Amino acid sequence: MSADPTQVLAFETDCHLFDGCGFAEVSPGLHSFLFQPLWGDGDSNLYFNKTMLLALLGSVIVIGFFWAAFRRPQVVPGKLQMVAEAGYDFIRRGVVYETIGKKEGEKYVPLVVSLFFFVWMMNLWSIVPIAQFPVTGIISYPLVLALIVYVVWVSLTFKRQGFVGFWKNVTGYDKSLGAVLPLSMTIELFSNLLIRPFTHAVRLFANMFAGHTLLLLFTIASWYMLNSWGIAYAGVSFVMVIVMTAFELFIQALQAYVFVLLTCTYIQGALAEHH
Amino acid sequence: MSPLLIAANEENPLVPPIPELVIGLLAFVIVFGFLAKKLLPNINKVLEERREAIEGGIEKAEAAQTEAQSVLEQYKAQLAEARHEAARLRQEAQEQGAALIAEMRAEGQRQREEIVAAGHAQIEADRKAASSALRQDVGKLATDLAGKLVGESLEDHARQSRVIDRFLDELEEKAEAGR
Repeated sequence: MSADPTQVLAFETDCHLFDGCGFAEVSPGLHSFLFQPLWGDGDSNLYFNKTMLLALLGSVIVIGFFWAAFRRPQVVPGKLQMVAEAGYDFIRRGVVYETIGKKEGEKYVPLVVSLFFFVWMMNLWSIVPIAQFPVTGIISYPLVLALIVYVVWVSLTFKRQGFVGFWKNVTGYDKSLGAVLPLSMTIELFSNLLIRPFTHAVRLFANMFAGHTLLLLFTIASWYMLNSWGIAYAGVSFVMVIVMTAFELFIQALQAYVFVLLTCTYIQGALAEHH
Repeated sequence: MSPLLIAANEENPLVPPIPELVIGLLAFVIVFGFLAKKLLPNINKVLEERREAIEGGIEKAEAAQTEAQSVLEQYKAQLAEARHEAARLRQEAQEQGAALIAEMRAEGQRQREEIVAAGHAQIEADRKAASSALRQDVGKLATDLAGKLVGESLEDHARQSRVIDRFLDELEEKAEAGR
C-alpha cells in the first residue's frame, strides 16, 4: 500500500490490470473515508477537513434553496416556491401528520423538515461531481442528528409521561405479559434507551458508507482494468458505475426519508398514552 | 491495514471524531435555525393566506348561494301570498255573488208576492164589482121578467122590499153549503 492512500486518487496512479500491479494497491477501503485536514493539525482536535467543508456547504445550499423559495413567498407561487412547497408539504403532510397527527405534530414540523433536507443534502454530496463524498458516510454526522432526536424524544417522554410513565414507556410495561415481563422489559429498555440512537445513526451511516464504497469500487475498477483485454471488463464496470449512481440517487432520498420517518415514530411513541 | 489495526489507530469508522461532531451539530443547527425561525413561518403564513383566499372564495360563493336561496324563498312566499290573496278574493267574490243572488231572489220573491197580492186584490175588487153589478142586473132582470109575467111593474116594490137581495143571498149560501 502506498504511503498515504488518502492523498492519492486511483486515477493518479498507473496501476492497471496485467501490469503486475495488484488491485489492493488502489482498492477502496476504510482509508477512503479518512481525510487529511485542509487546515489545522489532524492529531489535535483543531482541524478542518473535506467532510466539514461539505457539511457547512450543504447547510448553505439547503438554506440558500429555501431562502430563495420562501424568503418572500407569494400566495400564487412561482416555480421555485412551488417545488419547495411540494417538498415541504411532502414532509409535513406525508410524514409528520401521517405519524404524529396534525394537532400534536405541528410543533415538530420544522425539526423534521430541517432533518430531512439536511440529511438529503449530505447524502447528495455523494454524487455531486468533485465533492463526491456522502457526508453522512462519516458516523459523526448521522450520530449528532440521532442524538438531537434522542434528546428531543427522551425529554418529551419525561414531560408527557412523568417519571414512572417514562420508565413504563421505555420498558414497554404491560401487565398482561406475566412471567415474560422482566425479560421483555429488559430487552425493551436496552432497545429503546441504549440501542435506539445507535441504530438510528448507523442505519443512515452504513447505507451511505456502503453506497460510497460500491461507487468507488466500480469507478476504480473501471480505471484499473482499462488495459489491453481488460477494457471489456472495464466497460462492464463502468456501466455498473452509472447504474449504481442512479441507485444511490434513490437510496439517498430513501434513507433521508427513513431517518425522519423513524424520528416521527419515536416522537409519536413519546406522545402515545400507553402501549 | 487490517480492521484491528484500524481500530487500534482510532480510525474505526464507528468512532466519531469530536471536531466533526461539532461541525455536524453546527451545520444542522444553522439549517434548523433558518428554517424554524424564518423560512417555515414565512411559508406557513402564505399557505394560511392561500387557504383563506380559497376559503374566502368558497365563502363568497356560499354567501351568494344563501342569498339566492333567501330570494327564492321570499319569491315563493310572495307567490304563495299572491295565490292566497287571489283565493281570498275569489272566495269573497263568490260570497258576494251568492249574497247578491240571494238578495235578488228575495227581492224577486217579494215583488212576485206583491204582484200576486195586487192581482188578488184586483181580482177581489173586480169580483165584488162584478158581483154587485151582476146582482143589480140579475135583480133588475128578474123583476122585469116577473113584472112582464104579472103585468105590472114590481120594480120599485121589489127594490123597497129587498126581496131579491135576500133571495140571492140564500142562493149564495146554498151554493157555499153545497160546495
